[in-house]
Amino acid sequence: MQNVIDIPANAVLPWEDAVLSALGYGRSKEPDPRTRELLNAASEQYRNLALPKGLYAASDTAAFAEIYKGEGRNEPVSPLQEIYPRADCLALFAVTAGGPVSIRIQELFAQREFALGAVLDATASEGAELAAEYLEKQYMQCLRDGGQADPKTSILRYSPGYCGWDLTGQRALFAALCPEQIGIRLSASCLMEPVKSISGVMVCGPVEIHDFDNNYSFCEQCRTKGCRTRLRDLRRAAQ
Amino acid sequence: MSVLGQIAEQLQAGEDEQVAALTKQALDEGLEARRILDDGLIAGMNVVGEKFRRHEVFLPDVLLSAKAMYAGLDLLRPHLGEDGAHSRGKVVLGTVQGDLHDIGKNLVGIMLGGAGFEVIDLGKDVTPEQFVSEAREKKAQIIGMSALLTTTMPIMRQVIELLRTEGLADDVQTIIGGAPVSEEFACEIGANAYAYDAANAVDQVRRLILQAG
Repeated sequence: MQNVIDIPANAVLPWEDAVLSALGYGRSKEPDPRTRELLNAASEQYRNLALPKGLYAASDTAAFAEIYKGEGRNEPVSPLQEIYPRADCLALFAVTAGGPVSIRIQELFAQREFALGAVLDATASEGAELAAEYLEKQYMQCLRDGGQADPKTSILRYSPGYCGWDLTGQRALFAALCPEQIGIRLSASCLMEPVKSISGVMVCGPVEIHDFDNNYSFCEQCRTKGCRTRLRDLRRAAQ
Repeated sequence: MSVLGQIAEQLQAGEDEQVAALTKQALDEGLEARRILDDGLIAGMNVVGEKFRRHEVFLPDVLLSAKAMYAGLDLLRPHLGEDGAHSRGKVVLGTVQGDLHDIGKNLVGIMLGGAGFEVIDLGKDVTPEQFVSEAREKKAQIIGMSALLTTTMPIMRQVIELLRTEGLADDVQTIIGGAPVSEEFACEIGANAYAYDAANAVDQVRRLILQAG
């Protein structure tokens, strides 16, 4: 069953700290008045333009195995291929901040409003992440309502293009989920439009199932280490 | 302070209207456009790049300065000639095929433009064929490639291999950057340079152009 969710824009407005961090500001660095003006302007534009929507559909290990296999271009071994078989539940998902905000970012750069464009870009990226988190909470609630989750249950998201799951995996994911119904299209190069969109699989179970050794070759190349941050946050939340 | 010093100072402050007014003043005073560009706009932008590298200023500050740079450059262009004589070199820039993350690439393009290079920005999701054919057509000296996803990094290697296949490797040099990219990876795939941030990209492109003579 597919669940389409209209996400209230006010529920996924990015925190200023997160936007500043994306712009390279350290935690202790207070933005100057000019940057604060940009932050306020970007926040207002995001509030006016964002049309966050999400979609998820329950999957199972066998069905997801086929989706994950995709076009056979994944890394030979990857964390996700170890993790998803241990899940209690799986759900494919896609979420978007909507088209207008992406268009506005392009317009700002074309008009040489580079700084506001960059701040709006960072704001929209954080907004899309928050929309995905909102979707996670909806899915968790659905599982709880159905007696499939207990207080120890956690969810982490994994996306094609990261952690050894090749970007071409988007094709199988889109074929199964049909995110077109919430306005997300896939390009020939497997990129999503609108740009500020996220897709992948939500893996649900005890937090321990997400543990993996950080010794994959692609982990060495990765500088974001987003998986580690999310896992750390998940552990904190579970305590 | 000289008018050129004031231009550099106002550019660092990101005051685009001031930079435009001072650039006009410098032109009215009979200063050569090339000198205003080098000793005013580019000098100011170099300071901003250095401060960015030292984390003394941040992305929005750099981009406000870049806007001010373009405000001055617009006034200078008619005086610099239309044959590209003012350009320090031509760079084809893009985010590689399969990758949509272009904010870093945009910043590199803006900084290169601010440093006096002509930038042909192909945008994001750029195929190896697009990089190479554009470099050939526009007679660019440099191809700059950006990637954020580890899964799209192999496209960089394909671009370099295609340059070799097409016999352009001696004429067109390559520089790569992006979060997962490293100096080691650049060496491994035969890229001519690696840049760890936008300011460093400007330095590296300068070095490559200088070396190529």
